[in-house]
Amino acid sequence: MFKSFLTIIQHEIRVTMRQAFSWITPLLFFVIVVSLFPLAIGPDETLLRKIAPGIIWVAALLAILISIGNLFRTDAEEGYLDLLLLSPHSLTLLVCSKIFSYWFTHCLPLILVSPLLGLLLNLTSHEELTLIITLLLGTPVLCLLGAVGAGLVVGIRGHGLLLPVLIMPLYVPILIFGTGAMMAASLHQPLNGYFAIMGAFLLVSLAFAPLLTGVALRIGVNQ
Amino acid sequence: MFHWIQKRFLAPKAFYRSSGYFLPWISLLFILCFSYGLISGLFIAPADYQQGDGFRIMYVHVPSAFTSMAIYLVMASCAVVTLVWRVKIAAICMSCSAPIGAWFTFLALITGSIWGKPMWGTWWIWDARLTSVLILLFLYLGFIALQSVMADQQTRDRTGAVIAIVGVINLPIIHYSVIWWNTLHQGPSISQFAKPAIATPMLNPLLAMIAAFILFYVVILFLRVRNQILLRKML
Repeated sequence: MFKSFLTIIQHEIRVTMRQAFSWITPLLFFVIVVSLFPLAIGPDETLLRKIAPGIIWVAALLAILISIGNLFRTDAEEGYLDLLLLSPHSLTLLVCSKIFSYWFTHCLPLILVSPLLGLLLNLTSHEELTLIITLLLGTPVLCLLGAVGAGLVVGIRGHGLLLPVLIMPLYVPILIFGTGAMMAASLHQPLNGYFAIMGAFLLVSLAFAPLLTGVALRIGVNQ
Repeated sequence: MFHWIQKRFLAPKAFYRSSGYFLPWISLLFILCFSYGLISGLFIAPADYQQGDGFRIMYVHVPSAFTSMAIYLVMASCAVVTLVWRVKIAAICMSCSAPIGAWFTFLALITGSIWGKPMWGTWWIWDARLTSVLILLFLYLGFIALQSVMADQQTRDRTGAVIAIVGVINLPIIHYSVIWWNTLHQGPSISQFAKPAIATPMLNPLLAMIAAFILFYVVILFLRVRNQILLRKML
């Protein structure tokens, strides 16, 4: 069972790496959105430093939201998804491995680049560290919730903006706590509570989201 | 046991018949609660020592906020029943509840704004409770949007059920937002266990109004579900 989990992860990562644009595009999107803000607001250093957590978090959220709609689309078109549904292994586990490899290829680059962007927005090293930890805890939750939405819209042709409308409200709590931790870090307040509640979000969504994604995929494919 | 319940109450035919029987009584109860709550809330209850007569909007605001959350809970429970037991009437209840819930949420936000302007000095503030209720409205609208693009009836019911279950995480956040974050919105005045922090002559009309709003929801829900049963030719 664990072997199939690893096989799928290996396969997914290899496929994504072969089509480099599929993971580079969200990364570019993320960097460009963040760099738009100083241009739009003006190069006021104190103001930029104040709103930097919000900018980085919203940009990461949008990058995930826009790219995750395609999580199951090519699989569904090529019939790979039908094979996954037919396989004797637990669908929840297979979905888990897909989400993990998505996170690995699409979110990890964002997290690796974010300290650099933080530097451009004048964050201190303490804030940079907090940013990385909140993104490490928060982006898996965004991916897990997004996967449920991607599973729901898999059968709909040209779903366009439906997925963001559906999933965005669910992203709000994690956005609030992610940026809240950053605000607390800039005031040198204790951060453990923020990390604990984000970890709780991660565990709850890890428990339920793959299961619900499986249910959604079965509904969508039978359509 | 389950089979008996299903045959007796949950089959569309049985539901159509029994809801038709209960509807006049529920409507009557609604009218009684509503008229008592409205009259004693707006005219008889004493004015607040700080807010004067302005507090009376509470008799619309609190029940609509309460009902909007209760409706989402009903929707999520119906969603579980839809996915697990595939009871058709639960799916119909779920999709019929969504627009009613969205309107109640909208009403809660609007009355809250109107109340906030004289008391807090602002129409809107990005406070935890207000924001989380706004998210509730977005959840309802997302649910309705998802339902509107699906062609096949069964797929529509089941995808809606999945998203309704995912959204239920927002309910505890709304409920505890005023306790977790100390914000402008006041904490809860009515609790199941503690003595309510509100005088009895003010409390009774409020409870009556909450009951009235819930009954109103049930009346509208039954009417809509009966409509759907006819539309889907299940009779």
